[in-house]
Amino acid sequence: MTVTAPPPESKPQAKVVEEQPFVEEAKQRHTRLLLLATFVAWVVGWALWKGNHTLAIGGAELTDLHRWLNDVRDDFDNSRDSNFFLQYVVGGISDAIDWVVTFLQELFSQPAFPRPVPEVGWLGVVGLLTWLAYALAGIRSAVLVAASLLLFGFLGYWEDSIDLLIVTAAAVGICILIGLPLGIWMARSKIASAAITPILDLLQTVPSFAYLTPLVLVFGIGPASAVVVTLIYALPPLVRITEHGLRSVSETTIEASSSMGVTRLQLLRKVQLPMARRTIIVGVNQCTMAALSMATIAALINGPGLGQPVTKALQSLDVGTAFVSGLAIVIMAIMLDRTTTAASERSELLARRGPGSAQRRRIVLAATGAVAAALVYVSHTYLWAAEFPEEPDLGRPLAERVTSFNDWLTGNIDETTNALKDLVSYGLLNPLQALMADSPWWLVAAVLLVVSYLLGGWRPVITTAICEAVILGTGLWNETMRTLTTTLVATAAVMAIAVAVGVWMGRNKRADTIVRPFLDAFQTMPPFVYLVPALALFGPSRFTAIVAAVAYGVPIATKLIADGIRGVSPTSVEAARAAGTTAWQMISKVQLPMARAAVVLASNQGLLYVLSMVVIGGLVGGSGLGYLVVSGFSQAQLFGKGLAAGIAITALGVMLDRITQHAAARSGRH
Amino acid sequence: MTTDSSEAALKVESLWKIFGSKADRILGTPDADLSRKELQAKTGCVMAVKDVSFEVAPGEVFVVMGLSGSGKSTLVRLLTRLIEPTAGTVVMNGDEITAASEDRLREIRRHHVAMVFQHFGLLPHRKVIDNVAYGLEIRGEDKQTRLARSQEMVDLVGLSGYESSYPDQLSGGMQQRVGLARALAVDPELMMFDEPFSALDPLIRRDMQNEVIRLHEEVGKTMVFITHDLQEALKLGDRILIMRDGEIVQIGTPDEVVGAPADDYVKDFVSEVPKSHVLTLKWVMREPRPGESLEGKVMQSDRIVKDAAREILDSDDPVRVYDGDEFLGVVDDDDILRVVVAEEDEPGSEPAPVGLGKSS
Repeated sequence: MTVTAPPPESKPQAKVVEEQPFVEEAKQRHTRLLLLATFVAWVVGWALWKGNHTLAIGGAELTDLHRWLNDVRDDFDNSRDSNFFLQYVVGGISDAIDWVVTFLQELFSQPAFPRPVPEVGWLGVVGLLTWLAYALAGIRSAVLVAASLLLFGFLGYWEDSIDLLIVTAAAVGICILIGLPLGIWMARSKIASAAITPILDLLQTVPSFAYLTPLVLVFGIGPASAVVVTLIYALPPLVRITEHGLRSVSETTIEASSSMGVTRLQLLRKVQLPMARRTIIVGVNQCTMAALSMATIAALINGPGLGQPVTKALQSLDVGTAFVSGLAIVIMAIMLDRTTTAASERSELLARRGPGSAQRRRIVLAATGAVAAALVYVSHTYLWAAEFPEEPDLGRPLAERVTSFNDWLTGNIDETTNALKDLVSYGLLNPLQALMADSPWWLVAAVLLVVSYLLGGWRPVITTAICEAVILGTGLWNETMRTLTTTLVATAAVMAIAVAVGVWMGRNKRADTIVRPFLDAFQTMPPFVYLVPALALFGPSRFTAIVAAVAYGVPIATKLIADGIRGVSPTSVEAARAAGTTAWQMISKVQLPMARAAVVLASNQGLLYVLSMVVIGGLVGGSGLGYLVVSGFSQAQLFGKGLAAGIAITALGVMLDRITQHAAARSGRH
Repeated sequence: MTTDSSEAALKVESLWKIFGSKADRILGTPDADLSRKELQAKTGCVMAVKDVSFEVAPGEVFVVMGLSGSGKSTLVRLLTRLIEPTAGTVVMNGDEITAASEDRLREIRRHHVAMVFQHFGLLPHRKVIDNVAYGLEIRGEDKQTRLARSQEMVDLVGLSGYESSYPDQLSGGMQQRVGLARALAVDPELMMFDEPFSALDPLIRRDMQNEVIRLHEEVGKTMVFITHDLQEALKLGDRILIMRDGEIVQIGTPDEVVGAPADDYVKDFVSEVPKSHVLTLKWVMREPRPGESLEGKVMQSDRIVKDAAREILDSDDPVRVYDGDEFLGVVDDDDILRVVVAEEDEPGSEPAPVGLGKSS
């Protein structure tokens, strides 16, 4: 090859012209400028009309709707024995679930009359669950489960912990019975998928708190209601992931199977289910974690379990007790998460073992199973193995220490926390709240419509309009705007932290390996738990809810951004580096813009997480809709208002979700 | 080899595939004649395969060649209705695929056709041997039969010793051997290959091509082979169908495609092929000039130029070219050198040798 020779004359004529794909032209938009203009108009409007048409109502004030909802509740309660639907359908479901829960409780956790103790005592439960963990998830999980169960006992929450496990397990069991077939059906039928997906979307958008009141309306208060609410909350992830797992079985593999003439059943049994097995178990993991977090919240509607002591402690501002019972929940979250994750990883390994080791495994399982059975027998027969020993008691001393530490802490760093609280309150919260809640309702409504149009186009505008109408209808416009303010401020904080940490993680592999396990751990914790340290540091206030919400929203948003940054094509990064890009330019001009869809998605998830936590913050003095929901349970005449607040929360969640979803879809390009 | 239509292994008649919501309404309207881009702009539908007809004889290796997006992969899927055709008929060994019921179609797929895929399409949760046995398993053969048959196939494609491996423990070439064995296991009459080797390294690819040639000689199946690689097409194909934008540009034997490209598109395609490796004497011979010696050697017209070159250059008189007993023309040193030498120039100096191989 002659390198120095001038390049040959370009080909006489290019005969093959590569055909260009057909692309619709993109429209020119000036989103930022228009958003700024909207904001200016808003401020001007606020200055002119502030304090008028704010639709604020007093704490005990009821609208006609709220009174009507109270009547509906009374009607439901009065006709439980006369109305066919309530008596047989709802009553039947309710009785069946109550029966299962009571049966399990008498078996494992509560005295089974006439016995003073459950049928199976603590030693039997530990043996049984450890064996189960060993069979499904391996020896390490078995050790973890045994240690966690013992800790529950030593912390003083044996019965509450087992009750929580029972509610969670009952809900997950029903979820699997319903969710797996549903997911399979959706993966195989486009129509089913198109029909059910929007329902799942809605279910996942609704903050967990908003589920409670409607269920109380139908099922009343108690274990059945708790299980149903838990199951409704935990079902969507399982269905989703099952469908996704089946659908993401490689197209080529399915085609190869079809080309050989499989029937649909053969395809499912021999190809799709085995290949999706691991994903489906991940779905069970997600379902379990969601169930655990909802089952703790269900304590508010008298669901049995660890949520009870946490709620009581939070409401009486007893940080020590809240901390210990919260710790038990954290341990349970870690136990369930690790075990189901290990089960998913293990499912692959087990399938690949040779026949020899399968034989060995059967023998080991039978032997350890016999030990577990012996423990169950012992715990049934002897009192020492039935009742968890009082000593050593780790819980009470720990609670006392935490309380005294907290007193010392608040005595000493009060200035710092107060300064932070004031800074955020006066710098951000109050001005924004003034804009949101003191502007006339029609001005804010118009601003929201314009913003949703600018960010997402016409379709979210319609949703926004409907949601605004619903919120107005609930008579809680002003409260909703307060909640929205808190949510927006917390989300802004979430995004600031998430972008900083996410970019760092996305660019630095070591940072990722260090930080990610923490994020994962935080993500598995039920929201209740977040309230405890926030309450300890900031006392009961609006700001406490914000802190808890930020802590709750940061992990998911950070992970999404980190994944987005990591997902930026390495070729583009390499090309930019070759052109002499600095690190800052790389972030601001290449990585963040290319990961824009991930950032918008992170803000979507951040908003929803924050909203759900802000609402729960109503428990510890945060005002707004969450507080109304909680008072709806405690005061009979406020039930209707609480239900209306639940509806307003849902409408707010749907509105925020739609706007950011459409913005995310749009930011996929340019 | 006869290509009488009644005996064709595969017969395709005016096959169409248009993707889009109202695709079936386009046929028979003037829209069907629009270019791909115009059609998409006007109706949103994409023309993938446009009025394609051809026949494949039993035992033939029939190659469909085209660039990506030319519709060749869609075409091969239409043949067993992995994608439903918009219009047209496909007849395989007398069985009209396009009219077959769901059950009949499954029977055909289970017994008569087998396919090898670009990305292998193996089942990651099954061992090699179980992957090979898969086709037998789903049609309900008992375990002993299918294991014996699969073992035979594993040995045939040179995978002995890997029976208990899982696909992800094998290299790409080995994985495709599993794909080959799986297709062979059901003893199909027709094998289809959808760019089976394009994901492999060049050396492995050459190896696998030779493997296909060997298997074809051993088992003698009819094969439809999709590729975007001209060298591969020339190497494997008895005949080649060249596609562009969903339409047939040319169907012919390798030497016809290189020697008489149907249009500029094909010509451009074949311009870098070493012609002496493909062309036969038929393409380089000429009428004897007046007074030229007709005493030279006799050769058959289907000999490849490269193989005959040495003998022709060594002979003093022009070589006489015959098709059987019929005298066709003569070839002398100049005729040979024009093909061989001009071609050696080619990589350096672009303009393709003029007039070469033109059938005049």
